[in-house]
Amino acid sequence: MTYELAVIGAGPAGLSAALAAADHGLSVALVDAGERPGGQYYRHPPAELGEAWSPSFVRLRERVTGHPRITHLAGHRVWMLEPGSCFTLHVLVGERDGRPDVVRADRLVLATGAHDRSLPFPGWDLPGVMTAGGAQALAKGALLAAGGRIVVAGSGPFLLPVATGLAELGAEVAGVYEANRPRLSLARALGRNLGKLAEAAGYASALLRRHIPYRTGHAVVAAHGERALEAVTVARLDRAWRPIDGSERVVECDAAAVGYGFTPQLELPLHLGCAVRTDGDGSLVVAVDAAQQTDVPGVWAAGETTGVGGAQLALIEGELAGLAAAGARPDRRLLGRRARLRRFAALLHELYPVPAGWAGWLGDDTVVCRCEGVTFGRLREAVEELGAGDPRTAKLLSRAGMGRCQGRVCGHATARLTAGLTGTAPDPTGLAHRPIAQPIRLGDLAEPPYEQL
Amino acid sequence: MSPFEISFDGRPVSVVPGRTIAAALLSAGIRAWPSGTSSAGLYCGIGVCFGCQVTLNGRAGVRACLVEARAGDVVTSVPSRGAGS
Repeated sequence: MTYELAVIGAGPAGLSAALAAADHGLSVALVDAGERPGGQYYRHPPAELGEAWSPSFVRLRERVTGHPRITHLAGHRVWMLEPGSCFTLHVLVGERDGRPDVVRADRLVLATGAHDRSLPFPGWDLPGVMTAGGAQALAKGALLAAGGRIVVAGSGPFLLPVATGLAELGAEVAGVYEANRPRLSLARALGRNLGKLAEAAGYASALLRRHIPYRTGHAVVAAHGERALEAVTVARLDRAWRPIDGSERVVECDAAAVGYGFTPQLELPLHLGCAVRTDGDGSLVVAVDAAQQTDVPGVWAAGETTGVGGAQLALIEGELAGLAAAGARPDRRLLGRRARLRRFAALLHELYPVPAGWAGWLGDDTVVCRCEGVTFGRLREAVEELGAGDPRTAKLLSRAGMGRCQGRVCGHATARLTAGLTGTAPDPTGLAHRPIAQPIRLGDLAEPPYEQL
Repeated sequence: MSPFEISFDGRPVSVVPGRTIAAALLSAGIRAWPSGTSSAGLYCGIGVCFGCQVTLNGRAGVRACLVEARAGDVVTSVPSRGAGS
């Protein structure tokens, strides 16, 4: 059958889009890589281990999974989208088996979310160093702390729930190191947004209660250990994020959760040819109009793919996209709430920038591309000796971004480092195109075992 | 539900039901394993970095952070670069 709408991603934006569209009469396929709905934000353990932590999510999930016009296709990873008389979604079903299949739909809502933005530093390839989101995923999905004594570091408000979540699981949080110094202006911004103010106050009191130090203007600039992480070096930073000499100190830990904001997952919109733009945080995002529609007919986008702004904004954008896909008019109050939350997101992007001084944390032997083991020295060689002038050429000449993750982890860093070495503006598009959005086996490509078009 | 066992590189690992293979290995004190990428180990935790890939019941290239463990699963690390998939 051909669905009237396929929503790709079952996080806050996708759940909300599917529900709005189905409530307005569309038959909806909710296609999601995850085994359970919720995406990263609403990640929760399977029933054997525990409950979903958010009551509002439980209500949303009940409405979605119980909806007569929504088919929830869990564990479906879309590796290619094919336009035509309808859209054909080529999927692999289940990470365990990866059985190829297709799903067809007249319209699409892309709600594929985001993953952590990583910055390299010496030793970040040691076991025990994780992304902040990775530590959070273990905490939310497996009720497991990533270590016994953990350092949380990076930039952005996301570090706070990560730290408090780890502490709740019994881990010792050795410290939270926020590279920016957002305090005063953040307080002013929060003063205008009471919901966010209450959330921030909750995290602050949780940190205080547990005696977890929170240091702004500090970063983890190196990780140390023989075979796995044993300690990190924390340094005070100047405004450009250059470490201040003499401020370094060593903090013992067996895990570090480090994240510098988020990178939206744009493989599918880029593959369809959707127009993109660079957002306030430097991320490549899908350009959408007031109804969340992209410039490709029949394709809407919502949530972090259109700009990193958090779950509340994603819920609203998803609802607007679902309504628009169903041809329904949006509620004016919804538009007002979206505008307010987008302003707040833009403010956070301003308060938590990632200035270029982090490149000074790297030595020539520091790994930049984790998959291929490409060091900063080899990237520098590609630019300075082999003449790469842009991230894509630097990738081709150094192999940074050519491994299994296809530059998802090192793409931001490679683009920024190349820009720094060439004295040009960072180009976030160079490493973003991945025509095959998920790895697929050659055998599955050669002999599709599913029905031919 | 009571814990069950999987095998990792020939040794038994006890698993709390509902956990992924990566979470099960981590809680058994196994933080990293050869995965065919240069920097092996659990890094992103959500299927983005491919650092945790294993061979699961003979099938190569499975991200351990995405798959819930089942009793009797035979998990092997990828012995050398490129040999697994």
